[in-house]
Amino acid sequence: MAEDCILETTGLVKEFRGFVAVNGVDLKVRRGHIHALIGPNGAGKTTCFNLLTKFLEPTRGAIRFNGIDITHEAPEKIARRGVVRSFQISAVFPHLTVLENVRIALQRKLGTSFHFWKSDRSLNLLNDRAMELLASVDLQDCADMVTVEMPYGRKRALEIATTLALDPELMLLDEPTQGMGHEDVDRVMQLIKKVSANRTILMVEHNMKVVAGISDTLTVLARGSVLAEGPYAVVAANPLVIEAYMGTEVDELASPAGH
Amino acid sequence: MNRRVTIAYLAGLGLLLLAPNFIYPILVMKVLCFALFACAFNLLLGYTGLLSFGHAVFLGSAAYVTGHALKVWELPTLVGLLAGTVAAAALGWVIGSLAIRRQGIYFAMVTLALAQMVFFFFLQAPFTGGEDGLQGVPRGTLFGLDLANDINLYYLVAAIFSASFWLIQRTIHSPFGQILKAIRENEPRAISLGYDVAKYKLLAFVLSAGLAGLAGATKTLVFKFATLTDAHWHTSGEVVLMTLLGGMGTVFGPLVGATIIVTLQNELADKVGSLVTVIMGAIFVICVLAFRRGIVGESLALYKRMIGQKT
Repeated sequence: MAEDCILETTGLVKEFRGFVAVNGVDLKVRRGHIHALIGPNGAGKTTCFNLLTKFLEPTRGAIRFNGIDITHEAPEKIARRGVVRSFQISAVFPHLTVLENVRIALQRKLGTSFHFWKSDRSLNLLNDRAMELLASVDLQDCADMVTVEMPYGRKRALEIATTLALDPELMLLDEPTQGMGHEDVDRVMQLIKKVSANRTILMVEHNMKVVAGISDTLTVLARGSVLAEGPYAVVAANPLVIEAYMGTEVDELASPAGH
Repeated sequence: MNRRVTIAYLAGLGLLLLAPNFIYPILVMKVLCFALFACAFNLLLGYTGLLSFGHAVFLGSAAYVTGHALKVWELPTLVGLLAGTVAAAALGWVIGSLAIRRQGIYFAMVTLALAQMVFFFFLQAPFTGGEDGLQGVPRGTLFGLDLANDINLYYLVAAIFSASFWLIQRTIHSPFGQILKAIRENEPRAISLGYDVAKYKLLAFVLSAGLAGLAGATKTLVFKFATLTDAHWHTSGEVVLMTLLGGMGTVFGPLVGATIIVTLQNELADKVGSLVTVIMGAIFVICVLAFRRGIVGESLALYKRMIGQKT
């Protein structure tokens, strides 16, 4: 059982000048699962993400990845361990080409990232792998485009390709379908399902259709604490959860396909 | 396209070699020194997104170190230049390590504060000659050629500038340059991809400081003196102006900006006197209000629009 758990937090707390954003969260993410983190606005989902990837320093508590305590490691070190995150606002390098975006992620392994005297043509040997990754998210035809000129949905796809380039063991996706139209949502949902093979995904997501459609487990956060945890059907029927989500959100929980 | 770029570079190199036949060589050398200074600054501002507001301190320190090495220690010219460059790079490492802990306006303020500290040290220190400056620095010889001859010195300066310009160009288009651009574009994302951004920023800072130092060292050789002006915050402001006017984040922008500013200052100094600072201020305002991408940046944008209309 312990081995099955890729990421585990115990008593995770984050206080901002007296305001407790995350209050004693015990989270267990099982290897190979798509684990969704949901909750009303201000529940502490993104703060939780920032703590897990060490973009924020936890006030108390511990984070263990594969049994190793990573509570006090630097964010780039955590990324190198195989925990790679995406961001709520599309995280691309806007004025680089689509191919370059993916290549930045591949480049670190070459070990030449400090070589300022070398031509960037030395990076061309990564192009094949970069094209493969772009093809996996249907972006192979946009490789030479400057990223800023792409539509929003495609930027999110590019972001996933860039994250995949690091071959992470654990992918953290912060609202991957936020601000997308129906078609894009479907596409990204399929994509997440596809890339979840051989890895674990933890995602913050508002879209109940996505949560119901692809997640194995879900954790509901409210006011910084875990309200409920389990498979979708069980959690959706939990009266506490229904109470936390008021109004239209209740309907969403009841009939996810209707969204 | 690549062929056209090569031809443009060759034309530029030809112009550089022939320039002293038409223009007063000292003026061209001054332009080259400031152009190198601005290019080094642009590596940091344009390609890494770091606004250092104390870059003159590297120009000034190298100017003093080179001056002292040549005049007092009587070292060979090249060793003197190298000493100035290394000193500036080392100072860059110290100031850079402290400044990169902060971001944005705080980064700029830390660099300014540290640069002012060094400035006041130079004002008081005995070896700088205080307000009088370090006068009478000998140019020495190189491979038996007397550098007191302006034309001989000119070709040394042109060689230093070309080599440094190539190095900056290479740095921008290197694996390291790619990471710098990534940091400029989206720092949190670069971190999340596993890059220790502080180390990259520091190396960029040291490179920029070292090259700014080389510009200062060369300048001492050209004018045979080093003064407090080199390390003054006015000079730090001027390099920002040169880079913005020419176009930050473009390869040729700082070169164009430095040429315009230095030439203008030279032409106007004996005609309008101290009004020259007012004119520089006005140029700065116009530049920021009307063409933010700078001369080269706006020209490139215009060129792209024209091509876009054709297709």
